[in-house]
Amino acid sequence: MRGAWTWVAIAAAIALVAWLALVPLGFMLWQSVLSPETAAAAARFTLDNYRTAYASADTARLLATSLKFALGSAALAFAFGALLAWINERTDTPFKTLFFALALVPLIIPGILFTVSWIFLGSPKIGIINVALQRAFGTDAVFIDIYSIPGMIWVDGLHYSPMAFLLMSAAFRSMDPALEESAMMSGATLPQILWRVTIRLASPATAAALLILFVRALESFEVPALIGLPAGIEVYTSAIYDAIHAYPSEVGLASAYGVALLIITSVCVFLTTRISGRGSRYSTVTGKGFRPRVMRIGRWRYATAALFLVYLGLVVLLPFLVLLWSSLQRFYSVPTLAALHDLTLDSYRTVLAYPEIGTAIWNSVLLSLGSATLIMLATSILCWVVVRAKLPGRWLIDNLASLPLVFPGLVLGLAIMVCYLTLPVGVYGTIWIMLIAYVTRFLPYGMRYNTAALLQVHKELEESAAMSGASLGATFGRIVLPLLKPGLIAGWIYIVIVSIRELASSILLYSPGTEVVSVTIWELWQNGQYVELSALGVMMILVLFGFVMLAQYFGRRFGIAET
Amino acid sequence: MLSVKSLNTEYAAANGQVVKAAQDVSFEVPDGALFTLLGPSGCGKTTTLRSIAGLERPRSGTIEIGGQTVFSSDKGIFVAPNKRNFGMVFQSYAIWPHMNVFKNVAFPLEVRKVRPSRKEIEQKVMRVLSAVQLAEYVDRDATKLSGGQQQRLALARALVMEPRLLLLDEPLSNLDAKLREAMRFELKRMQRDFGLTTIYVTHDQSEALALSHEIAVMSEGRIVQIGSPRDIYERPRNKFVADFVGSTNFIGGTMVSASSGNGRCRVATALGELNVQCVENLAKGATVVVSVRPEDVELSEVEPAREADDNHCRGVVEAKVFLGDYLDFQVKVGESVLLARVHPSLRTPTGDPINVRMRAEKCVAIAEAVAPRAAA
Repeated sequence: MRGAWTWVAIAAAIALVAWLALVPLGFMLWQSVLSPETAAAAARFTLDNYRTAYASADTARLLATSLKFALGSAALAFAFGALLAWINERTDTPFKTLFFALALVPLIIPGILFTVSWIFLGSPKIGIINVALQRAFGTDAVFIDIYSIPGMIWVDGLHYSPMAFLLMSAAFRSMDPALEESAMMSGATLPQILWRVTIRLASPATAAALLILFVRALESFEVPALIGLPAGIEVYTSAIYDAIHAYPSEVGLASAYGVALLIITSVCVFLTTRISGRGSRYSTVTGKGFRPRVMRIGRWRYATAALFLVYLGLVVLLPFLVLLWSSLQRFYSVPTLAALHDLTLDSYRTVLAYPEIGTAIWNSVLLSLGSATLIMLATSILCWVVVRAKLPGRWLIDNLASLPLVFPGLVLGLAIMVCYLTLPVGVYGTIWIMLIAYVTRFLPYGMRYNTAALLQVHKELEESAAMSGASLGATFGRIVLPLLKPGLIAGWIYIVIVSIRELASSILLYSPGTEVVSVTIWELWQNGQYVELSALGVMMILVLFGFVMLAQYFGRRFGIAET
Repeated sequence: MLSVKSLNTEYAAANGQVVKAAQDVSFEVPDGALFTLLGPSGCGKTTTLRSIAGLERPRSGTIEIGGQTVFSSDKGIFVAPNKRNFGMVFQSYAIWPHMNVFKNVAFPLEVRKVRPSRKEIEQKVMRVLSAVQLAEYVDRDATKLSGGQQQRLALARALVMEPRLLLLDEPLSNLDAKLREAMRFELKRMQRDFGLTTIYVTHDQSEALALSHEIAVMSEGRIVQIGSPRDIYERPRNKFVADFVGSTNFIGGTMVSASSGNGRCRVATALGELNVQCVENLAKGATVVVSVRPEDVELSEVEPAREADDNHCRGVVEAKVFLGDYLDFQVKVGESVLLARVHPSLRTPTGDPINVRMRAEKCVAIAEAVAPRAAA
C-alpha cells in the first residue's frame, strides 16, 4: 500500500509547484498597485501605474508596436520554418538528414549573440552588408537598416525559424502519406495536392505553431532591447526593462506592463491548447505506422537544396563568421584586406584574463546543471502523479506546473525579484534566486518531456511490479524511473541548453558576483567591448555545439531516442 | 488487359540498405478479372501494387494497360500516377478528414483538367454513393463514419473516376471479423457489377480464395505460383504455397518411380508407399514432401472400403480439439503425427486406434529442393 512518505513526497511536490508558480505572480499583482518607494515617501496604494500603462497616449502605440513586431516575427519564422519542414519531410531533396541537423544549430546560438551578429551585419554605419554594397556601388546610401521594425522582425523571426521548423516537421511527419497519395491517384496535380490536401490537413498544426511563435515573439527580450531601444522602438518587454532601470525605479509600472503581457500570452496559450485538442481529430483515422514516403519533385530538388543552403548561410554561417571575424580584431572594424593582416588572438587572452568571466562561466555551469537536474527529478514525480495516480485534483498540479509557460522571461524575473525583495528569506542577491527563476521558468519543459515519456510506458508494467509485491516507492524507483530514462536525459539536455542561453530573467536578478555568461555578454555590449564580446561569444557557441554533439553521441550509444 | 513484365522495384530502407521488394514479377490480368497478390507481410505484394499505381518507380520492367505503356524502363516511359486514371483504395483508407463524404468522393472529378459541371459531378457522386449504400450519409463528416463505412467511402472515391484499373491494398484488414466477411461479398458484387479489372493485395488466404479469379502467391519479392484459387489450394507447386494457403500435413518421402507432368506416382514414406498426385516432373529417387490437407485425412472407427488408389493406414488418436463446426484430431501413425479435420459426430476417445484414409488425388507430391523457406 502507499507508504506515508510517498504522500509526503507528493504533497511536497504540489506545495513546491504552487510556491514557484503562484507566489511571485501574487507579489507582482500586489506591486502593480503600489506607488514607487523613494527615500521621501513610502509606497502606498495607487492605480496610477495602470493609468500610465493603459490610459496614456503611449498605450496604443506600445500595443501596436508590440503586436506588429510579434506578428511579423511569427509570420517570418513560420514562413521559413514551414517551407523548409515541408521540403525536408515531403520531398526528395538531396542531403536532407544533414540539412535537418544543421537547421537546428541556431537553437544553440544564444539570442543575444544572434542579435549582436546581425547588428554587425546590418547596422547602417558599421554593418558589413551595407559597407560591402556601398563599396561595390560607390555610394553612401544605406541599403538595409537593422534599427527598424522590419529589421527587428528579420532578426527575431530568423532566429526562431528553427522552432517553426521543428513544430511543422512534426506536423508533416504525423500526417499519413496515403492522404496525399490518394489525392495523387485521384488525378490531382502537385499544386492541387498541396493546396487542397496538405495545407488543409496541416491547418490545426499551423494555427498552433503561429500562436506559439507569436507568444514567443511577444516575450522576446534581446532584439527589442539591443535593436529596438537605441532606435526608440519600444515593445512591452523593453518598456518593462526601461521602467525598472528608470530612476526612481518604477517597479509598479513595470508590473502593470507585465500584467498586460501576461494576459495576452495566457489567452494565446489557452487557444493553443484548445486547437491542439481539436486537432487530434485530424491526426487521424489510423493507428498504423507509415513508412516515410517522399514526393519526387524532379529538377526542383536542386532549387530546394539551394534554398536550404541560403537559409543556413543566413542563420548559421554569416552570424558565426561575423563574430569570428570581429573576435580576431584589435578594435572592431569591417573586413578589409588591410584588416586581414592585423588578425590577433588578443581578445581571447583579454577575455579569459577577466576574473569576472571565470565566475560567470562557473555560475552558468552550476545553474544550468543544477536547474536541469532538479527539474527533471521533480517533474518525473509530478508527472507520475498527474498521469498515473488516481488522486483527486491532480489536474491542478498539471495546470500549476504549466503556468510558467505564460510568463515571459522578463516578467517572471520581475515577479521573482519583487517577491524575494519583500520576503525576508535572504536569497535576493545570491545565486539561489537565479536558480529559483530557472527552475520555475523551465519547469513546463520538464513536465512535457516526462509526460511524453510516461505515456509510452504501459500501465501494466507498473501493475505487474505491484503484483510482484513492490511498494509504490519501489515501483517508481525501480520500474518507472529506469523506463523514463531516455525522456529524462533528453529533457535534461534541453534544459541545460536553454538555461545557459537564458538572459531575460537573469538580467533583472543578477548582482555583482552572480553574473552568468549571457549577462556578461550583455555588459560587454553596453560597454562597447565588441571584440571581447565576440571572442566570448565564439567560445560559447563552440562549447554549446560540442556539448550537443557529445549529447547526441552518448544518446546514440545508449539508445536514447532523438531529442 | 493489364500486363506486367519482369518488374523489379527496390527502395532504400531507413538504415540505408537497399531492399529488393519486387523481383522479376510478371503476370497478366484479363479485362474485368479480379487478380490477387497474396503473401505474408514483407513479401513485396504492396510494393508491386504501388509500382503499378506509379507511387513507386520500378528499377526495370514494363507495365501496359489496354495497349498503353504506363511504365517501361527500356523506352524510358513513366506516366505519373495522377495521369494514369487508376482508382486505389489504401489500407488506411486515406479518407480526407477535412472534407465531408460528398467532398471526398467529388474530389477526383473536381481536380480534372476539364472539370465536369456541378450538376454532372453531383449526379456521378450520388450514383456511386448509392452503389456503396452511403447515399444517406452524403453530408456527414468523413471522420464520423464507422470503419466499414469509411472503407466503402474509399471505394466510392476510387469508383467515381471510372478507373481503367482498380487497386485495392488490404482493404478489409482494418475491419472486424464479421464485417470483413460481409464486405467480402459486397466487394465481389461491386467488382462484378462495375466490370472492373482489379488488383487485390492481401495476406489473408481465405479472402484471396473467396474473391479472386486468379491468385499470385508471393514470397520474398517473387511470385512463387499463379493459378486459380482451386489450383492454388489443391495443387500447390511448392512447400511455401501449400503451407501459406490453408493448413496442411507434410509427409517426407522419396519418389519410387519418375513422374512426367500431371499424373499418379508412388512415394515411399514413413507411412508406407503412398499413391499420390504429381503436378510436375520428378525424377526417380528425388526427395519430396507429400502435402495432404487436414480435411482430406479421413478418419473412421470401422475399416473403410478399399478403392484402387486410396492410401490406408491405422493410427492412434493422440489429442483432439472441439472447434464448433468441426473437430481437429491429432493422429499418431508410426512416428509421425497427422492433423485431421473431421465432422463433430466422430467421438473416438483419445488413446483409441483409428483408421486413416487419404485419397490419392488429394495427396500432392512437391519437390523438396525448390521449396523456399516455409512461412513464418
